[in-house]
Parts: sequence; structure tokens; C-alpha cells
Amino acid sequence: MRKKTNIVVGVLVFLLVVTAPIWLNFGKSAAAEGPEVSLDTPTINALPEDQRKCIYDTEYMRDNHMEILHQWKVQVVRDDNRVMVTPDGREFEMSLQNTCLDCHSNYEDFCKKCHDYNGVDPNCWTCHTNESTQYAGGATADEVNSGEVAS
Amino acid sequence: MENMSRRKFLKLGALSAGLVTLAGCATIQKTPIGGGTFEKSSSEEKVGKWGMFIDMSKVDDIDAIAEVCHHEHNVPTIPDKRHEVKWIWAEPFQALFKEITHEGIQEKYADVPFVATCNHCRKPVCVKVCPTQATFQSENGITLQDMHRCIGCRNCMAACPYGSRSFNFVEPRDYIEEVNPEYPTRMKGVVEKCDFCYDRLSKGQMPLCAEKSEGITVGDLDNESSEISKLIRENMTIVRGESYGTEPSCYYKVSLLEGEA
Amino acid sequence: MIEKTFVKRSGPKYWAWMILLIALIAVGFAAYIYQMTVGFQVTGMSRDISWGLYIGHLTFFVGVAAGGVMIVLPYYFHDAKAYGRITVIGEFLAIAAIIMALLFVVVDVGVPTKIFNVWLYWTPKSMLCWDSLVLPTYLVLNIVVGYQVLQAENKGLHYKKWVKVLAMISVPVAFSIHIVTAFLYSGLPSRHYFLTAVLPAKFLASAFATGPALIILICLLLKKLTGFDAGEKAIKMLATTAIYAYIATMIMMAGEFFTAYYSGVESHQIALTYLFAGYHGHNEFVPLMMFFIVCVVATLVLLIPTKLRYNKATMIVGCIALFLSMYIEKGLTFVIGGLSENPFGEIVDYIPGKIELLVIVGVFAIGLFILSLLLKMVTVVKYDNDEGAFPNKPDRTRLAYRLNEEAGTYVDTRPKPEPEAEEEAEGEAAETAETQA
Repeated sequence: MRKKTNIVVGVLVFLLVVTAPIWLNFGKSAAAEGPEVSLDTPTINALPEDQRKCIYDTEYMRDNHMEILHQWKVQVVRDDNRVMVTPDGREFEMSLQNTCLDCHSNYEDFCKKCHDYNGVDPNCWTCHTNESTQYAGGATADEVNSGEVAS
Repeated sequence: MENMSRRKFLKLGALSAGLVTLAGCATIQKTPIGGGTFEKSSSEEKVGKWGMFIDMSKVDDIDAIAEVCHHEHNVPTIPDKRHEVKWIWAEPFQALFKEITHEGIQEKYADVPFVATCNHCRKPVCVKVCPTQATFQSENGITLQDMHRCIGCRNCMAACPYGSRSFNFVEPRDYIEEVNPEYPTRMKGVVEKCDFCYDRLSKGQMPLCAEKSEGITVGDLDNESSEISKLIRENMTIVRGESYGTEPSCYYKVSLLEGEA
Repeated sequence: MIEKTFVKRSGPKYWAWMILLIALIAVGFAAYIYQMTVGFQVTGMSRDISWGLYIGHLTFFVGVAAGGVMIVLPYYFHDAKAYGRITVIGEFLAIAAIIMALLFVVVDVGVPTKIFNVWLYWTPKSMLCWDSLVLPTYLVLNIVVGYQVLQAENKGLHYKKWVKVLAMISVPVAFSIHIVTAFLYSGLPSRHYFLTAVLPAKFLASAFATGPALIILICLLLKKLTGFDAGEKAIKMLATTAIYAYIATMIMMAGEFFTAYYSGVESHQIALTYLFAGYHGHNEFVPLMMFFIVCVVATLVLLIPTKLRYNKATMIVGCIALFLSMYIEKGLTFVIGGLSENPFGEIVDYIPGKIELLVIVGVFAIGLFILSLLLKMVTVVKYDNDEGAFPNKPDRTRLAYRLNEEAGTYVDTRPKPEPEAEEEAEGEAAETAETQA
């Protein structure tokens, strides 16, 4: 009989541990509002109102930007295709660092907010510089390049 | 179908599911997933095999070239020689050309610093040994490194006869003093090397070292009328480690003529 | 069957040993995490010596794993009955060794989270890809065959036919794992120490010496700790196999020396000169290689004469010397020696990092842990099912009689067995059998 109790307790503990993320986060996402991402960046503001458009519409970008970036990276690095022509005929240089992050230069209020909300931690920024990138001495890229930090 | 047992059905099912998955993996989508097209830069020159001709008499300061290159590509400056990362650097002639036995040449050049970089071989060993095709040869003959795919096994470093590859033993960003925001950095644990300014070529620009120094000429080795082919034909040139069967594409000019360096 | 590894019949020595191993694994794991946090700067590897102790150990343990085949092959192909009792030890040793070899790859890779890119972007041209195929295949084969054979024995049955088929398939796979590992090196055009056609053969020969020598040592240790007797004939056959393979290895090594120095081709001499005599003031490896030579001489002297080879004490020393010499040659110096001359003609030193050594200790601990578990299982199953394996096992009737008499539970009316002088000693042997470590 003792064995039986042990097994039941063991299974219960196991189930509890496995389902811990559900209980720990219970109700949180429902209570929390979705993240407010900001499009208020110098490059976007400089564009005329009617040209403030990403390669696809917002909805599609929100759902698929990771797939798109994955495809871009293969196209650029391995096949030397560097230009993408959107269905409506606009041309973009395929570059996370120089194209995407040019408009979306507000890492904290754009990329990070939504990634944090979704609990994902993509490692794009270990290599592709952005405003929060840390360099020698803990300086950010902006500080280094604007000469605020003696390098 | 009537006589198919459940076991057989399951087996067939698993097999076809597996095949479909494999087929899925094998097809790489060639158009953007959301519609549109991918295109090459229009300014790119059509080249069969990129190569480099180096005339050391016209290169005055290799360190200056290295600095420009390393800054552009965010190559860290790591003080510990064992963990250095370098794409282009100076190396004494006799270290680069151990096999050249001509006394006059060895005497004349022995300690003269020469440009050392990736040879972008026609038959690169590093590409052959790489287990993930992270290092691969582009259509126009440049040996490239896909940092996204590199697992850091360092087989390519053991294989490269020219010491052209560097592994990121430390966090590279800690050793980049001034960052070029237009070029990515690397993560620790991957191998990197000279990329022949692949991104500049596709914009119709020359590699930085060639732009910086008139002693370095790049061009199409497969095109007989190109400038580089002419230079190689008309000068006495040598390549590094010819006997390894890798067919290096960096040609170095040497000369015993009076007055020619 | 796995439950036999940790319930009952496990004495304090076994538990202490396993807890020690777990502690060492924890230390190794912590060291590994540290290495991945600060980068590979904590190892002795450098821009020039891009492969070091990790890959050296990989090579050596692939050899140990392949060496187990020297029992499996004679047993399944030539019906060498003497090996019947210990084939499973050969298979289980292979399991532990392969897991260690694979772990040495994992700890050596710069970005381990991307390691399955090797399978995702399958590249037949790359030898490393083939290694990543044959090593797991050999692992799976040994797990299935070893476990099935032992399970059959546990149930008092003969193993099934398909198990034998798999065991036979595992033989060429064992050869392939070491051949592919040798190709990893012998196909590199500019590393003259590696660039030799004899390398796969030399690797196999040294593996076929190392494996049997290690199995002899394991069997003798098991006998001391648990009373498990592998059988004198099996041990003798293993010793003979080991020394023949060792002589073959030494002939090939001597051949390397001959080719390098008689031909006079300098590039072929540099690594050998560096390792054995020092080169341009770099002589870090010379003392180690002198010890290697001592081990080689000891092995040859102690294992070639039949009298010494079959004498337990000299056999043990000979096997230890054999194992050490091959560990030094293949595990410690082969990879580093081959890479120590960089493409610019400089000799680069290799100073192992503390963290690197701790990681290696951790991998060793994992290997020993797995091996201990598996051998525990083997000895317990053999204790219950193999009549001849425990010559000192007390007679059950007599033991039951004694215990009952002591407890006063019932009075046996059968005639009392003949009293034996060594009854006490037997009791002890039985006890140690329960506490195999």
C-alpha cells in the first residue's frame, strides 16, 4: 500500500511541476493589456504620411516578421539576392540592421515590448546592432558613435 | 486496401508522413512568403571567379589597410595573440612562403611584411569539411561564412592550410572600440574570416583593401581580358601553399629586377 | 531490469562511489556553464591549435568503444564461447565510451544550441557529418543488443535471433566509427602528422589493443569487488588479442618514424620531433612522451612473453601500461601535436585551462557513472542467473540452513551439510557481491 501512495504523490508532484507555468501565470495575460508599440521614430516621422508603410501590412508583419527575416537572411547571405520587391512594386534592401532597424530604431518601445509580452528572446541583437547594444565599457552603440564615450 | 492490416497502415502512414516532411525540408521557397520577388542588386558585376593580385611594392602600410577593414567589419582587436580575430594582416614573407626556396627571393624578401588574408581558393578545404555548409562558396568563387549557421566546431580552422580563419574565443563586442553601425558584429563561439567585401561587390563597389591600396587589384580570374588576368600573366607571381591542391586565388607579385621592390 | 541498479543489494561503497561521481558531474557541469558564459578563452585552444584535449578525448573514446568489438566479433562470428559471459560487458563499455565521445563533441562546439544543424543541413562531403551518423548508430545498436541479451539472461531465456543479427551488424559499424574518425584528420591536406593513409588502420589497431586491455582491467576489478569471474580463458584470450593489436600499432608507429626520418621530408618530421625531442625550444611534451616510451616498453615486456602475460600481477601492470600509452598517444598528444605547427611555421604551445580540465573530469564522471550503473546491472543479473560466474557464491541450501538456524525459525530435519573451513570467508564474499561498486 505504501508503494501506491508513493506513486500517487509522485504523479501529483510531477503534474504540478509540469503545469507550474500555467498556474504561475494564471490570469496574468488576460489582465494585462497587449503591448503598445511605438512608431514614433525620426525616420518614420520624416516620411510623408501616405508612405508610412512597411513591406506588408501591419497585421501580416506582426504575425510573420520572423519568417520573413529568416527568409531574408538566407537570401542575402547564401544567394546574394539583396533586394526585395514588394507586391505593390516598392524596392527594399533586405537588411535587418540597415533597413528594418532604420525605421524601427526604438528597440525598447518596439521590438522588446512585444517580445517580452510574448515571452520570446530572439538573439538577433547579439550581432545586429541596435540602440541597446552594449559595447566595450558598457556603452551603447549610440553613445560610442556620437562620441559621448571616449573609446 | 481492404486487406491492409492496421500495422501495415500505420507503417505506410508513418513512411508517407516522413517523406512529406523530408520533401518539405528540401524545398526552399524562392519567393517572399508574403508575395513579391527577390532580386539581385542591379549594379553587381558579373564575375566568374573573383581573385586578388597583390603587388607589395605598391602597398605601403598593411596595418592601415587592416584597420580600415577591421573597423568596417566590426572585427574586434583582441590583445591576446592566441585569441586574435583577423581578416587581413601583415606576415613576413618567409612565414607565408615557406616553400619558396629560391635563394635570391628569400634573401630579398625574407622579413618583408606581406599581406595575409583568406585566399578564396577555387577548391577550398574549409568548405569541404564544414558539416553544416556554414562556410560555402558563392557563385562567383568567394568563400563565405554564414554565421547564422556556424556551430563553431572549428574543423575549418584545422583544415585551412593558410591560417586565415579566426574563432571567437571571447565576446567580440567587448573588444570593438568604435562600432560600424551598418555591419553586424559576431557572437562568441563562431568562426569568421575575410568575406572579400561580398556586400560591397553586390553594390558595385570594390573590396575595401583594393580601394584603399593601389597595390591590391581584384578582378575576374576567369575572364582573360580582365586587368587582373593581364597582371598575373605579365608578372612573376606566386601563390601560397600550392601543393595542397586548394588553388588559392591570391597572387603575389615578386621580382628580382633591380629597382623593383 | 534497470531497477537492479539501485534497489537492494547495493552496499555503502557503491552508493558512496555513485555520489562521488554525481558530485564530479556537477562540478564538470558548472565548469561547462562557465566556459560557455565567458567563451572558449578558458581552454588551451587558440587560433592555431583549434582542436585540443576535447577532440583528442573524442578520438580516444571512439577507440575504446570500437575496442569492445574484439569480444563481440569472436563471439557472434566465430562462436568463441569463452566470451559468452562478458560480451555484454564489451557492449556496455561501448555505450559508456560512445556517450563520452559524443559529450566531448558537445563541449567542444562553440554554439551547442545549433548542433543539430549538422543533421538539418546534411553535408556528405564532410567527415564530421558521417561521424555524427555512425556514432549514434553504434550507440543505439549497443544499447539494444546489450540490453536484450542481458534481459534474456535475466528471464532465463536465450536472446532472440534478431538480436544476434543486430550484434553482427554492430561489428562493421564499430570499425566504421573509428575509420570515419581517422578520416576527420587524414583528409586535411596541410597537417602532415595527420596526412597519412595508415591512420585509420593505426587507430583501429590501437583501439583493438586498448579495448581488450580495459575490459581485462574491468573484469579483474569486478572480481575483486563483487566476486564476478569472467573466466580465465576469456581473460587470457583478451590479453593475447590486446598484445597482438598493440604490436600491430607499434609497427605502424615505427613506420611513421621511418617514413618521416628516412625520407628526410622535413614537414613530416616536425610534429614527431616536437613531441619526442622538442623543436625550436618548445619541449612541453617531451617528459610525457618519455613516459609514453616507458609504458610502451613495459607493455611489450610484460605482455609478449606468455608466462608474464598469463600471470595476474604482470598482466595487470602490462594492461595499465598499455592503456596509459595509448591514452597519451591518441588522447593527449595526437591532435595537439598535429596542429602545433601553425601555417606560418611557428610552434604554438598548448596550456590546458583549469576549467577545461574540470569539464573533462565531468565527462569522465558521466562515463564512469553510466558504466557503473550498467556493470551493476550485469553483476546482479549474472549473480542470479549465471551458475559459474560467482565461484564463491555460497550454496543456497547451506546459507538458508545457517540463517534459519541462527534465527531459530525452524529446525531442519535433513542431514546437516559437511562443515566447511572457509564458511566465514564465503559469507564475506557473498556480502561483497551484494555491494558491487
